[in-house]
Amino acid sequence: MKFGVVVFPGSNCDEDMVFVLQNELGLETVKLWHKSHDLEGCDFIVLPGGFSYGDYLRSGAIARFSPIMNEVINHANKGGYVLGVCNGFQILAESGLVPGALLRNDHQKFNCKNIYITPASTSSIISKGLNKNQALQIPIAHAEGRYFTDEDTLKSLNDNDQVIFRYCDKNGSITPEANPNGSLENIAGVSNRNKNVFGMMPHPERAASSILGNQDGKVIFESFLSLV
Amino acid sequence: MKFIAHIDVMPQKEILDPQGKAVKLGLGNLGISEVLDVRIGKHITLSIEATSEDEANNKVDVACKKLLANLIMETYTFTLEKI
Repeated sequence: MKFGVVVFPGSNCDEDMVFVLQNELGLETVKLWHKSHDLEGCDFIVLPGGFSYGDYLRSGAIARFSPIMNEVINHANKGGYVLGVCNGFQILAESGLVPGALLRNDHQKFNCKNIYITPASTSSIISKGLNKNQALQIPIAHAEGRYFTDEDTLKSLNDNDQVIFRYCDKNGSITPEANPNGSLENIAGVSNRNKNVFGMMPHPERAASSILGNQDGKVIFESFLSLV
Repeated sequence: MKFIAHIDVMPQKEILDPQGKAVKLGLGNLGISEVLDVRIGKHITLSIEATSEDEANNKVDVACKKLLANLIMETYTFTLEKI
């Protein structure tokens, strides 16, 4: 499986993502420039974190119209895998590839800290191999991470098992106190209806190297890879 | 024909606007405690060339729907001014 990490102007987690895929997981990985029209035969596209286009207008709004996004959207619509992390999740939401929107955190602060998430979906390949009672410690770093959608969409997300991760405490309990940004129902990540496009605010690539003292993020990648 | 579009993008009524809340607090500290609510959005002006007012209207509407506003969280209104 070949991985492609898209680089937008203002992406800043692209190197971390490439490092983890290539060096920690030994996967064939290339960077894809946002002006390109070619996915170079990649099977799995990653939209990394950062501040694409300076977060102007809304986070992810302008990146959504980058040339390569036409190919990414086609790839997704044909069932190809796409993962968006942080700003990548915001771009996916702006593209309509996953439902909902990411609003300014309810407390107005930029959040940069370790939090815990627990896998929610039992049918999404990104989370179904993980232990449901597990609390994974993963860093977040965002100001616009408050997951929002209307009530009907929220109901269909739950009915279709599209919530992939929820914020929890270190014991795995999903509580209001463990919600770092005011997201609806502690939602930290969602998939599209076909479960080939995944968006999440926490950064698994920042917790995937032994030298960093935390490999909970690597567990997510490994669980996914064991199932494809 | 050239037009200027004056566009207002506002957070939807039911959505918590933490920026507005923080500014309301600041206004209270300034001594204007009578302020009941503050909502903060964006004002965008753009000039556009079109063959008719209808065409300008349609183009600005598409711009708002597809890029300038995110209808999941925002609403927009605009007026056109002929220049």
